[in-house]
Amino acid sequence: MEALLEWWLTYQSAVAFIGVNALLALSVYATLSCGQLSLANAGFMAIGGYAGALLTLHTELPFALVLAAAAALPAVVAVPLGLPVLRLRGVFLAIATIGWGEVVRLALVNWDYTNGALGLVAIPQRAGPGVIYLCLALALFVFWRLRGSRAGQALEAIREDEPAARTLGIDTTAYKLAMFAFGAGLAGLAGGLEAHLTFMVAPSGYGFSRVVDMLVQAVVGGIAHFGGPVLGAAFLTLLPEALREVSRVTGMEPGPLRLLANGLVLLLVILFLPNGIVSLPQRVREWREERRAARALVG
Amino acid sequence: MQQVVNGLFLGSIYALFALGYTLVFGVLDILNLAHQAVFMLCAFTALALVGTLHLHTLVALPIAIVAAGLVGVLLERAAFRPLRGRSDSNISGLISSLAAATIFEALALAAWGPGQFRFPFGSVPDRRLQLGGAIVSEVQAVIIGISVAMMLALTWLLRRTRLGRHIRAVAESPLAARILGVNVDRVIAASFFISSALGGAAGVLFGLAFNDVSADMGRSVELKGLAVIILGGMGSMPGAVLAGYGLGIIEVFTVAKLGSSWRDGVSFAVLFLVLLLRPRGLLGQAATRLA
Repeated sequence: MEALLEWWLTYQSAVAFIGVNALLALSVYATLSCGQLSLANAGFMAIGGYAGALLTLHTELPFALVLAAAAALPAVVAVPLGLPVLRLRGVFLAIATIGWGEVVRLALVNWDYTNGALGLVAIPQRAGPGVIYLCLALALFVFWRLRGSRAGQALEAIREDEPAARTLGIDTTAYKLAMFAFGAGLAGLAGGLEAHLTFMVAPSGYGFSRVVDMLVQAVVGGIAHFGGPVLGAAFLTLLPEALREVSRVTGMEPGPLRLLANGLVLLLVILFLPNGIVSLPQRVREWREERRAARALVG
Repeated sequence: MQQVVNGLFLGSIYALFALGYTLVFGVLDILNLAHQAVFMLCAFTALALVGTLHLHTLVALPIAIVAAGLVGVLLERAAFRPLRGRSDSNISGLISSLAAATIFEALALAAWGPGQFRFPFGSVPDRRLQLGGAIVSEVQAVIIGISVAMMLALTWLLRRTRLGRHIRAVAESPLAARILGVNVDRVIAASFFISSALGGAAGVLFGLAFNDVSADMGRSVELKGLAVIILGGMGSMPGAVLAGYGLGIIEVFTVAKLGSSWRDGVSFAVLFLVLLLRPRGLLGQAATRLA
């Protein structure tokens, strides 16, 4: 029991961060599940984080309401943004959403009310692993219910072949917009939680590298199943811990090493395991089948 | 008038960078987000050549550019070629290039650290010339000169040489080109060499112009480069040049009239406006074409 408590004290924050990152990875997964590569979520996370921080610092609202606002505001903003932007295909959508993220970040850097580039500090720590995993559980519940349902099938159809889906009478615009807003809400929620976990919000935490992190976690985990992003988040959040030894041995600074590891893992996954870690058991099974068939042939 | 000169000078760098972006997009239909990392690495290479090996700047320039080209070839081999058959190669190519960019940036940070570096005193000329009401620094004039020379060389390459014809053929249809006997693999490698050489050149010139080289210098240029190719039309090289200069001038005038905090904002405003009103840009077409 003592050992468990000690372990908890050491790893509590890592567990909390895995939860936040899982929410972020799921927010990217939300749009990827219908085939849209949206890199806007760092911007939505910033909106949620700042909204949460401002509400906590200037009002007496209970935490639950603060979080609800942190999730709702980006979702609401996502709708008028999504309508024109989701008309763009593939690469153009990615570029537009990258642009959005930067617009939000720049606006925050230039906004004196929130101290510009310095951001807001001294946010009381109202978020802990409990709240975070409760939110994560809710999000996973939504994805789980979505999976077999008509809506879920519609999303898959849109991902496989959008024009074909439209001919089947699926309202692709509505579905894409709904997932875009849902992803924005998740990112905002994660932003609000993180703000109350790390005591501060600043524009630098919501830059392009943030959204790349989210994307890496979603892709590495695997986007075929909603469990993938959670797995990816856990894997990549814990990776720096594992790299500590490597850093000591090679003498490379932990910052660049983590970046290098992220890049290498993403590259290896996209080249050799495109459906992510989640697809590993399936791939192993397929490989074994091939071996068996080949051996049977040789006899 | 002064602002026009400043805009032309900034625009030259943007145009060079965007040409590299658009060349790869035209040939492979992939957005190479590692382009900005090559931009940054080439600037550091030039810095190392001048600062540590004490080469003259004009000697270091072509060496660094060739090195950037080689990095581009390596990039293609490692990150793009394995993806070529895949159905979702646009998106996976994007993600792969993102991975490569992260790796490059990590290596630069590990090698040089996060600080900002300057070229050693005396390696960058700093005379000024008067030119019809505007003060042009020697650096600016040289940069404009080198950029224009490279753009003309590129146009000559694409229009008048066999390689250029092959590149345009592969951009049109890799299958047809292969049937006609073009070595598609070699052409794609060559395209990446040229693209990265252009991006690298832009990086060195940028570093010289602002006397500021750092591991994250690719970030802001990357997004401006995207704005430029969207404005000019993806896959259109004259569009990239036109839009590069256009954005340079727009940016300089915006800073002059509205202040420097709007510097980056204007590129995004342009980006959004173009994407929403005319997604194919000024000179782009529904199908991608080169030159």
